[in-house]
Amino acid sequence: MAVQTTFDFDQMLSSAKEAYGEELLKMAEEGFDFVFTYSDNVAPSTAAGKLTQNYPERCFNFGIAEPNQVGASAGLALAGEIVFAQVFGPFLPLRAADQIHTDIAYNDVNVRLIGTHSGVTAGGGPTHNDIADLALYRAIPNLTVVVPADAGQCRKIIRASMEYDGPMIIRIDRAGSPNVYADDNYEFTIGKAIETIEGTDVTIISTGSCIYECMMASKELQKDGLSVGVIDMHTIKPLDKNAIVKYSNKTGVVVTVEDHSINGGLGGAVAETLCEAGFCGKFKRIGMPDEFAVLGDPDEVYKYYGVERVGIAKTIRKMMSK
Amino acid sequence: MSEIKLERVKELDDKCLKIRKDLLNFIYQIGMGHLGGELSMVEIAVALYYEYMNFDPKNIEMVDRDRLVLSKAHCSETLYTIYSDLGIYTMDYMVEHFESLHTAKFGMHCNRKYCEPIEVSTGSLGHGLPVAVGMALAARKQKAPWRTFVITGDGELDEGTNWEAIMAAGHFQLGNLVAIVDKNQVQMTGTTENVMSLDPLAPKFEAFGWEVIEIEDGNDMLQVCEAFKKIGPAEPTLRQKPIFIIANTVKGKGVDFMEGNPKWHGGGIAKKQLDEALQQVEKNRMVR
Repeated sequence: MAVQTTFDFDQMLSSAKEAYGEELLKMAEEGFDFVFTYSDNVAPSTAAGKLTQNYPERCFNFGIAEPNQVGASAGLALAGEIVFAQVFGPFLPLRAADQIHTDIAYNDVNVRLIGTHSGVTAGGGPTHNDIADLALYRAIPNLTVVVPADAGQCRKIIRASMEYDGPMIIRIDRAGSPNVYADDNYEFTIGKAIETIEGTDVTIISTGSCIYECMMASKELQKDGLSVGVIDMHTIKPLDKNAIVKYSNKTGVVVTVEDHSINGGLGGAVAETLCEAGFCGKFKRIGMPDEFAVLGDPDEVYKYYGVERVGIAKTIRKMMSK
Repeated sequence: MSEIKLERVKELDDKCLKIRKDLLNFIYQIGMGHLGGELSMVEIAVALYYEYMNFDPKNIEMVDRDRLVLSKAHCSETLYTIYSDLGIYTMDYMVEHFESLHTAKFGMHCNRKYCEPIEVSTGSLGHGLPVAVGMALAARKQKAPWRTFVITGDGELDEGTNWEAIMAAGHFQLGNLVAIVDKNQVQMTGTTENVMSLDPLAPKFEAFGWEVIEIEDGNDMLQVCEAFKKIGPAEPTLRQKPIFIIANTVKGKGVDFMEGNPKWHGGGIAKKQLDEALQQVEKNRMVR
């Protein structure tokens, strides 16, 4: 049974990028004990900015030095702290890969690395794209990797992480995106996928803010008489393989959508799972191709590569016409 | 210790000789190690574990213990040998469980989950100082009395992450952080001066806001003690600057055919070499 989403509503934009700071500030005010480390890109006017001003004894700005920030976050956790570490996404996985691998994952510490502006959402060209991170994280043991679909889910993840043992990556992509879920009254479990729309003809498996675009594509394809289901795979690791196989076998046509390279990310993970499960249906990955992305406004870049409602619907129509 | 008693220094000298012999035997039995850097850091490690760190081998998890991060983690066997001497593990147990797949407790590089007294899993160079900065920040947040010690290699200081951490430690005024460089002047393929020159090292750290203490001979226990006694407690009102101790040491210290020779950076040791080395460390021991 699909959960209640905002599929049929006019959308309000909200920001997962803001939501993590709002939730942390709220948690600090409620008396939760944690440490916040950050790079020099937290604006004072944001909720995260207020957190740093109100709780200076436990908020540490590491400037523009991501490896040191990630390593020091591990050190704080080794000394017993729960650490939330905010890093500008494009400079997290590749700049601090060794520290994520060794200091965070190998030492198996309670650090939650929050990569904001992930995917191509930051704009500014390939130096500011973060489209190889999931491929890296998937190959590192001990990491849990979650990608909130909207601001509300981001808040749920932040709060759930206080009770979660081990290192976690929280990958936040688009800064402002429509809410996927109608409210917070749905069950969220790390590692358990959510069926946002039921479908009998096609299954879309997606993650992050792409979920909303997939839902809009599903709506569009209703006009073609197609029933397209959308699965929110908010946890990339550990992967809910049962859900992948179950919903894929239901339709026999599977599309993955992600703000990430089509190599090594969600699409790769789903392909591996289906292949090992003996799936013989149709399968297509939508995401950033194996090239440095064209320069342009992020929304235009998504359109260029078909990683939004129109492109997703087009791809599915093509698959179904064969 | 407020006053350094000569008798105590002599005891520590004896301990260093024992650790060198045990270490050589250990490396002979397991067939691998990094003897050059392991022998050069013996006085530093012995002074820390037996005299200057708050460490109880019978209560390893003690809340207020001082933390040691071995950033030059390929020299882990020096620490393992000390753990053996302190009665935490027997030598036979360590040999049996060294990289022994299903039953491994000890590895060439430090792993905190396998070996109890190890605080941080390290191995890739340039990681110890950033992690130690975080530990020192945590201790300050927790208003805890413990200090964080890091031992780095000199060749290791080529890694840029060290300098990010050195900058941060100065910025955060981490008076509860002590970094010790085992400056044996030799890295894998040659001298540090030829591979990537470090000197002058002290002014670099001073410029980043550290207090620098230089030990002319880091293999002389008396000099090591004189330097370490200046560290003092982790009291923010007493000290705001992190401390950097430059220990000028000799790679392969105590074994004539290893001293200053990059060939002894890594590897095992044959029986004939072992016998010779055991005689030489005895002959070359510090006499006061």
